[in-house]
Amino acid sequence: MTRHRLQSIVWKEFIQMRRDRGTLALMLGIPVLQLLVFGYAIRMDVRHLPMAVYDESRTQESRDLVQKLEATDNFRVTRQASSYADALRLIDRGTVRAAVVIPEDYARRLKRLRPAAVQLLVDASDPNTSQNAIAAAQLVGQRKNIEMLSSLARTPVVLDAPPVDVRVRPLYNPALKSAIFIVPGIVGLILSIVMMIVTSISVVREREMGTMEQLIVTPITRGEIMLGKIAPYVLVGYIQLTAVLALGHFIFHVPIRGSLLVVYAITFLFIVANLGLGLFVSTLARTQSQAMQGSYFLLLPNVLLSGFMFPREAMPHVAREVGLVFPLTYYLQILRGIVLKGATFGDFLPQTGMLALLALIFFGFSVKRFQKRLG
Amino acid sequence: MHASNPVPEPVVRVDGITRRFGSILAVDDLSFQIPPGEIFGILGPNGSGKTTTIRILCGLLQPTSGSASIAGTDVVRHPDAVKSRIGYMSQAFGLYRDLTVEENLRFYAGVYGLERVWRDRVDWAIRTMHITARRNQAAGTLSGGLKQRLALACALLHTPPVVFLDEPTAGVDPAARRLFWEIIHGLSHGGTTMIVTTHYMDEAERFGRLAFLSHEKLKAIGTPGEVTASFGVGKTLEDIFVELQEREA
Repeated sequence: MTRHRLQSIVWKEFIQMRRDRGTLALMLGIPVLQLLVFGYAIRMDVRHLPMAVYDESRTQESRDLVQKLEATDNFRVTRQASSYADALRLIDRGTVRAAVVIPEDYARRLKRLRPAAVQLLVDASDPNTSQNAIAAAQLVGQRKNIEMLSSLARTPVVLDAPPVDVRVRPLYNPALKSAIFIVPGIVGLILSIVMMIVTSISVVREREMGTMEQLIVTPITRGEIMLGKIAPYVLVGYIQLTAVLALGHFIFHVPIRGSLLVVYAITFLFIVANLGLGLFVSTLARTQSQAMQGSYFLLLPNVLLSGFMFPREAMPHVAREVGLVFPLTYYLQILRGIVLKGATFGDFLPQTGMLALLALIFFGFSVKRFQKRLG
Repeated sequence: MHASNPVPEPVVRVDGITRRFGSILAVDDLSFQIPPGEIFGILGPNGSGKTTTIRILCGLLQPTSGSASIAGTDVVRHPDAVKSRIGYMSQAFGLYRDLTVEENLRFYAGVYGLERVWRDRVDWAIRTMHITARRNQAAGTLSGGLKQRLALACALLHTPPVVFLDEPTAGVDPAARRLFWEIIHGLSHGGTTMIVTTHYMDEAERFGRLAFLSHEKLKAIGTPGEVTASFGVGKTLEDIFVELQEREA
């Protein structure tokens, strides 16, 4: 591999990129357009949010409340938190999406007919999810009140406040804005689109136009061709990431709480994984329109199953499992965690590991196939 | 001891190459040698094994058996090293239509690893091919003849001893064809060996020697006169071509 030959390919790719007005518009226009379009809320129903319980009361009454929350079908208790901080941490990591905190004096106060406060922590970075959860939880509180009031109706007691007061504390996204949740999703989506469609097309075009035939009788190696074609798009990917994050920050006031350096580093894995998918498509497609179709074939499940549009919690079991093979699934969790919640790299080691694994598998496999197809 | 006019060492040696695709025979025991500076034609109907032979000599395809070398480099053992010793001009225009004439040349100069001399070589190619006026024109907008000369220019940048031209004059007007052959003859006098496949029988007269392929086999080899003579008196190359094709049908 010589630097000179590699440089020549990269140089040529940049010239072609600049001259191809359509693709250029696609690469630069789509991120901005999608950001603006998606920035204005997508709403979906959600059921069975994983929930942690931090029950200091440990009484029949507190267990009863948890059961009632579960009975709304909005929550599913998956974890017991050992402390308030632990409950927060579980939400930070995305292990659960909500946590109910029942104070130690809950049952005692209920018996004395004093107002008993229960706190529900909801990960509101996804407003679709959280608004439903919040409504359901408040309903549980009200029902409990009516139930208690009716059983007390015979006794002459004056209540100065409703007995159960479920207070909701939306974390990370106090204003419950969809834009905040959607911006990291758009970053992932745009990168998937461009890496897959544009790279597969740029490789297939060389075959379709006959330029590959001329190229393979020169001393340039297959590795050089591939790397040279890919490198410019990595740069494009980073420009898009920066543009979407910046626009999201200034237009929709998306907070950037975590480390941008970590985001940029992990994005590399994501880009490589998607380039692998794009190259894979290019080894199957003979024409540019086939490459386009092939990319969309892979892109759709990415969008539908990764959690970009629909909360993964709401998916049937099989769909959720299928979603696990898409890099976007992990990238979204990481990006939302770091950008919106200020989580650190350490919180997402498993997701990063999976992303690296997928990048390795997809890219390695495609390079093998690509080299075979060229001869 | 030394002859006053020694026979030059052949620059292309093909020694008994055979290639099968599964059970189908594409080239059967082909042998020939080409001295430097010769314009060597490979003629034959479609499917006679021309393309397979060229692909093997370019290092793109391994022969099933036999050996071949180009400018002393073994094609079978060092297919990648061969690629820097040959130029190749494909039948279909294989350059970038959205790049200008100069950008295409500059790109191929880079691909062939010409580091410092690339500017000189690009200037030389533009002059030799008579495309100076089109230097900054997009390659896709050139006429057939100009595209062909640009493709030849790209194949010659690294001064390869051997150049393959696959159906080079297909779809080119007569005036451009004549200019093209003048350039080819000029290069041949400079010592570059040309291996040309063609369907135009009138062009076959321009070859120093030619090989006639049919049914995967070499049917005749020699100067155009020798080849026609070997098929019987009074026949033209075109007669022979048609005859071979009919025998196949």
